[in-house]
Amino acid sequence: MTGLLSLITYAPLLGVAAILVLRFFAKSEDEKTVSAGKWIAFVTTLATLALSIVLVAEFDPANPGFQFVEDANWFAGIHYRMGVDGISILFVLLTAFLMPICIAASWKSIETRVLEYMIAFLVLETLVIGVFCALDLVLFYAFFEFGLVPMFLIIGIWGGKRRVYAAYKFFLYTLLGSVLMLAAILGMIGIAGTSSIPELMVYKFDPGLQIWLWLAFFASFAVKMPMWPVHTWLPDAHVEAPTAGSVILAGILLKMGGYGLLRFSLPMFPQASEYFTPLVFALSVIAIIYTSLVAFRQTDIKKLIAYSSVAHMGFVTMGIFSGNDIGVQGAIFQMLSHGVIASALFLCVGVVYDRMHTREIAFYGGLVNRMPWYAAVFMLFTMGNVGLPGTSGFVGEILTMTGAYGVSTWTAIFAASGVIFSAVYALSLYRRVIFGELTNPALAEISDLDWREVAIFAPLIASTLYLGIYPAAVFDLTQASVDNLVALYSAAIGA
Amino acid sequence: MTFSADIALAGPQLTLAIAALVLLVFGAFAPRATTVMTLGSVAALAIAAYYAAFGTQGRGFAGGLVADDASAFSQVAIFIASAIAIPLGQKWFAQRNIRNFEFPVLILLAALGMAMMVSAGDLISLYIGVELQSLALYVLAAMHRDDAKASEAGLKYFVLGALSSGLLLYGASLIYGFAGSTKFDDIAVAVQAGAGTGVLFGLVFLICGLAFKVSAAPFHMWTPDVYEGAPTPVVAFFAGAPKLAAMVLFARALSEGFSGASAQWGQVLVIIALLSIGVGAFAGLAQNNLKRLWAYSSIANVGYAVLGLASGTAEGVQAMLVFMVLYMVDVTGFFACLAALSRAGKPMETIQDMAGLMKERPGIALAMTAFSLSALGLPPFSGFWAKFYVFKAAINSGLGVAAVIGLVGSVVAAYYYLRLIKVMWFDGGVGGTDTPPVEAKTIAIAAALFSFPLVLGALVFIDPLAKAAAAAFGLA
Repeated sequence: MTGLLSLITYAPLLGVAAILVLRFFAKSEDEKTVSAGKWIAFVTTLATLALSIVLVAEFDPANPGFQFVEDANWFAGIHYRMGVDGISILFVLLTAFLMPICIAASWKSIETRVLEYMIAFLVLETLVIGVFCALDLVLFYAFFEFGLVPMFLIIGIWGGKRRVYAAYKFFLYTLLGSVLMLAAILGMIGIAGTSSIPELMVYKFDPGLQIWLWLAFFASFAVKMPMWPVHTWLPDAHVEAPTAGSVILAGILLKMGGYGLLRFSLPMFPQASEYFTPLVFALSVIAIIYTSLVAFRQTDIKKLIAYSSVAHMGFVTMGIFSGNDIGVQGAIFQMLSHGVIASALFLCVGVVYDRMHTREIAFYGGLVNRMPWYAAVFMLFTMGNVGLPGTSGFVGEILTMTGAYGVSTWTAIFAASGVIFSAVYALSLYRRVIFGELTNPALAEISDLDWREVAIFAPLIASTLYLGIYPAAVFDLTQASVDNLVALYSAAIGA
Repeated sequence: MTFSADIALAGPQLTLAIAALVLLVFGAFAPRATTVMTLGSVAALAIAAYYAAFGTQGRGFAGGLVADDASAFSQVAIFIASAIAIPLGQKWFAQRNIRNFEFPVLILLAALGMAMMVSAGDLISLYIGVELQSLALYVLAAMHRDDAKASEAGLKYFVLGALSSGLLLYGASLIYGFAGSTKFDDIAVAVQAGAGTGVLFGLVFLICGLAFKVSAAPFHMWTPDVYEGAPTPVVAFFAGAPKLAAMVLFARALSEGFSGASAQWGQVLVIIALLSIGVGAFAGLAQNNLKRLWAYSSIANVGYAVLGLASGTAEGVQAMLVFMVLYMVDVTGFFACLAALSRAGKPMETIQDMAGLMKERPGIALAMTAFSLSALGLPPFSGFWAKFYVFKAAINSGLGVAAVIGLVGSVVAAYYYLRLIKVMWFDGGVGGTDTPPVEAKTIAIAAALFSFPLVLGALVFIDPLAKAAAAAFGLA
């Protein structure tokens, strides 16, 4: 079915058009209009989810190449080229899965400029899906880069107190990374004479040149991931962003960095990737240990989870650059699992923030007395974050560490210590927020999850457990593509 | 070549010259008939564009006038920009009770000058074209004559412009003295035979003079003052088309006359480009007045165009042409936005004036957001594709380091574009903006729609046209 990918990519824009028409005829933003706009956004994201489920159902997992390919000549040698393989299809699905949750989570917490908010999210969905489907470097860059704008607006308009600072920081940091990537993209087009990603994946760049190209791409993806030491924009952005903004940021936008490393750095610059593997391992281990320690000292719940995201992304980069089947599979799995768990944790923060309008850990305590359901949900995702067997978090961590163990024993050992640190900060957060006596009088009347919140958490709980118990569901999809990727990589570096 | 064949080549120029003279006489007798003036001048531009696009091509007037794909491409773009400027300016002046029938005539004369510039085949027609265009623009800048700032702008523009013309002329005479001819072809032969220091000396003066006209650093000083003082629709006009004309002239003079010395002028241009990008990016950070801000932005943007030229390849010239055309739409649109906005009769010109504009005037705020993002170079807006061409050409011709510096410069500049967006989208407004005039609003929104999404389709046509145009200069 050609055209399905474009349909999925641009389906959210149909929702945007519908909202604009609605706004045009409604004349003013009264309650009815706003509510209709929310429903349009929600239904659109659900429809996109349905389409991407169709995509997965139609996908042939045995084929390692790109499927559903669309190709049309554009201008200056650029093609409009879309396609998915076993790696990218998962991210399309993850995006489509999280978007309705984001819309639902914003249902009550966003009170101003609701229609614009919904439009920003729908546009963002289009761009993110576009990033994962684009098979032309320039097209990829266009989707990748323009994603900054809706996120800039989401943080800047609906964010917290220091939202403007956070929005600028987010934008400029990522922009600086990506212009270097742009320079590399232009150079690659000049040398290889094509901007087609499948062709570039088998094009053999001169190893000396690869070093520079790799560094330029890495500059962009490392900021996006984010890796230590260019991670500092993330805590600010997370803290200031509205809940759904944090969910998108942690759940999907960070994954673009890991996806980029898998799609570009490893296959296109294999020699450089091998050359820089020790560097990446070192940065990953620092990220895992250092940011775990930083997370432990946070007083703001959201900031703590943000730092824990950086630590978890450290496992991803470690897995990717281990360059073997297990490590790469683990990295992909870890990204998916983190997409679900971190999103759920930010939603957990959102639940109490909506009620109390503070994220100070010290403000809370003893919530289990008033909110038993909430305590249970939070417990599950805390355990997922720690990597408890049975949750999806475990699978990713164990696989990436196994993969790294085959390449560098020390890296794996240091990373394993990170698992302990993550237990320290995550459990202590849980203890301080949920357990103990309910001493703060402001919390005396706090209410437990309502049905809307339960409905939001239900799919996340289900997928965390499902992926944790039956991870093969993911590996069945990725196997062929990952085997292919790893085989090419190993052949190129002569291992 | 016979005289009639020469005349046939000059179709666009003659059309404009005759139309300007006729309308001037008509205006002297019927100064109130602004509608007729507007329609007449737009029609003249349309006819001239037709001649430019479909007229005969060749070299005439003993090599002084060239009609080729490059001149056709740029003339059509220039005439369209001029035609847009006329209703925009007429309305603006009418609102201020300045009923100068000379406005369209001056635009026509400027367009004539630009048409001469882009088809100049020797130093004489180069100079005449530049002067004709500049003189019309000096008057346009000072047209709002009761306004002290506009008069100041006009005077400043004139004095500094005269200085740069002097440099240009001095360079031209040196080149003539050492190469023995004013024709680009003959100069090329002389340069090929071994460029003496004298010719190169003249070339540097020529480059300085032209760099002044396109407001490239370090010859940019006049730009912010003139942009700030001159009437907004006039700025919308002269921030776009004249720079395209000057850049094409630049390209033609360098590639037809001095291709043998491309290593020499390549260096000079790279320095000019990087200086412009740097000045535009850093000095823009301190600006509060949007017209000044966009003046610095235009300095930076011209730097990118010059970088394309500095590549010294046909690809680089193509990049420059695409860049300038796309940039022209953006800058015209942006100043049209400014022309459309006023609060209680007072023009809104500072960044703070734009607070909360998204709530009050969503159409114009969205258009300004599009222009800002485009100038920032964010895909999929036109500004990105413009930079895409330029940097691709620069990297392919071995200017990789310069390209990276240029890209980093665009990140610095991103801050001030974001600031404008932030003020419009995040901040609360004070309200009370006047209803925008329909002309300015239409032009602004049309330009914004071109910037995205129309550009994605338009480039399919602009790309081959610019390629053919660039091939006309005979670079590799």
